[in-house]
Amino acid sequence: MGKVLMKGNEVFAEAAIQAGCRYFFGYPITPQNEIPEYMSRRLPEVGGVYLQAESEVAAINMIFGAAATGARVMTSSSGPGISLMQEGISYIAGAELPCLIVNVMRAGPGLGGILPSQSDYFQATKGGGHGDYRLLVLAPSTLQEAADLIYVSFDLAEFYRNPVMVLADGFLGQMMESVEFRKVESGVTPPDPREWAVGYAKERGKRALIKSLYLNPEELERHNLKLKAKYDAMREREIRFEEYMLEDAELMLVAYGTCARIAKTAVKELRDKGVRVGLFRPISLFPFPYEQIYVWAERVRRIGVVEMSTGQMLEDVLCAAARRCPVEFYGRVGGMVPSVAEVVEFAARL
Amino acid sequence: MKAVKVFGRPRSMFDVKTHYCPGCTHGIVHRLVAECIDELGIQDRTVGVAPVGCSVLLYNYVNCDMYEAAHGRAPAVATGVKRVRPDLVVFTYQGDGDLASIGTAEIVHAANRGENITVIFINNGIYGMTGGQMAPTTLPGQRATTAPSGRDPKLSGYPIRMSEMLAQLEAPGYIARVTVVQPRYVLKAKEAIKRAFQVQMAGKGFSMVEVLSTCPTGWGLSPNESLKRVVEKVMPYYQLGEFKNVEL
Repeated sequence: MGKVLMKGNEVFAEAAIQAGCRYFFGYPITPQNEIPEYMSRRLPEVGGVYLQAESEVAAINMIFGAAATGARVMTSSSGPGISLMQEGISYIAGAELPCLIVNVMRAGPGLGGILPSQSDYFQATKGGGHGDYRLLVLAPSTLQEAADLIYVSFDLAEFYRNPVMVLADGFLGQMMESVEFRKVESGVTPPDPREWAVGYAKERGKRALIKSLYLNPEELERHNLKLKAKYDAMREREIRFEEYMLEDAELMLVAYGTCARIAKTAVKELRDKGVRVGLFRPISLFPFPYEQIYVWAERVRRIGVVEMSTGQMLEDVLCAAARRCPVEFYGRVGGMVPSVAEVVEFAARL
Repeated sequence: MKAVKVFGRPRSMFDVKTHYCPGCTHGIVHRLVAECIDELGIQDRTVGVAPVGCSVLLYNYVNCDMYEAAHGRAPAVATGVKRVRPDLVVFTYQGDGDLASIGTAEIVHAANRGENITVIFINNGIYGMTGGQMAPTTLPGQRATTAPSGRDPKLSGYPIRMSEMLAQLEAPGYIARVTVVQPRYVLKAKEAIKRAFQVQMAGKGFSMVEVLSTCPTGWGLSPNESLKRVVEKVMPYYQLGEFKNVEL
């Protein structure tokens, strides 16, 4: 398959289909509507099922039901809808089921607006719902990268038996870019779902029990520690990041997703002017590349974080930098996207 | 004379004691569900979904693939399983706080889509697991820990008749209300539960059996008084019968 020019939301959907996803349950919300629309047309063509749920609350519980069959299942939404899904996401994480959730972030809080934002970083990376759990969170900054990450996300979800969230934003969802849908190595080999999924009681000789309820505190502690061991394994194996023009850098910008695209262009402009600046781009937001940022914090003079929020990833960067160098912040919010000129000016002040 | 075993535990039921209070009818309904699964020969392809409530521990008693689900969400969970695996027989087992309050959106839309699942709806007019709070099904005047002077319809509205409400929809294949407070009703209840599963197995869409049940602890009555109360007070408001019955 060659390159095709496609809209971001449709890329997210097609990449999932290429990865073997055949079941989608969702509910309309801007700016991600092209995902369910595309799925409603494409999934029947490939023998799958698209179902529009009565709410995001129901959609994520349909995902819960479908994921436990071992099938590749996906939902998508944006901030307010993702908030409604948090109960179900917590149950899915607790019951250790694999699925893909795409959040095409819009500005909040509350109903906020429909324009791009990165204000769901805390919600995505720090649990989001109740209880002690994590999602594996991947943040693409181009549509090609989105296609590649979504392709591997199902393997990762099945290997860790944990939901994966792809954290995009309205900018990535609505933009068009040329993309090649290709096979990408995930680096993990998921177990055969027939070992654990519902619907195989006869051939396995053992029923499946899908639950997150452990009334005995000793049992629940064991369960929590088992989940923690999985998150530790992710911290060990799944950290993804990009370093751009950092070798001789005195200043380091840190940005992810759409802001990283803008920061990259700003770095190029600044380099032309002779400023020794580079970009560190976290791709996995959980697990977060704390160690890698710490190493740079010891080498560079200053760090500048750029986000479409009032400073959410900033807290992780501050933690990673551990006061080895000053960390400054530039953010636009409310659906406003920082311009290259603004980031250049911010970096020049560092 | 050789002894012949005429009564035993259904194969689809684990040989364990239940955690239910004396006089609670969950045990009877669990057994009826298990008997139907046995008689239909579907144990190895049946999936149950039990959401929050006393019967969330259904998976300890019924021996088939089981989910524990969030409060009210069982019909959505069941939808997810059934849409991926139409060959499985999928049932939910929900209480009235679950189905008639927090889960109204899920039950209405599962029914309206004609989701090919079976719902066992336990209506005892109270929140049992959390200690006897008022439910949307609590009768006017009935006391609960959150209605200490009895339910006042001016404050909390009237009890919801879910079966009648869902029977207004086009898609459902079978909706019936039964009870298990006397042996003759138990036999009828089993017929209804079996019919509901058969409707699903024939692909005739959504089926639901509402079972008028007891909660002696929550009601503050003895087991015997509880059974009597269902006949005298509950059945006049929630009339037994079939509200939808598609031809098979």
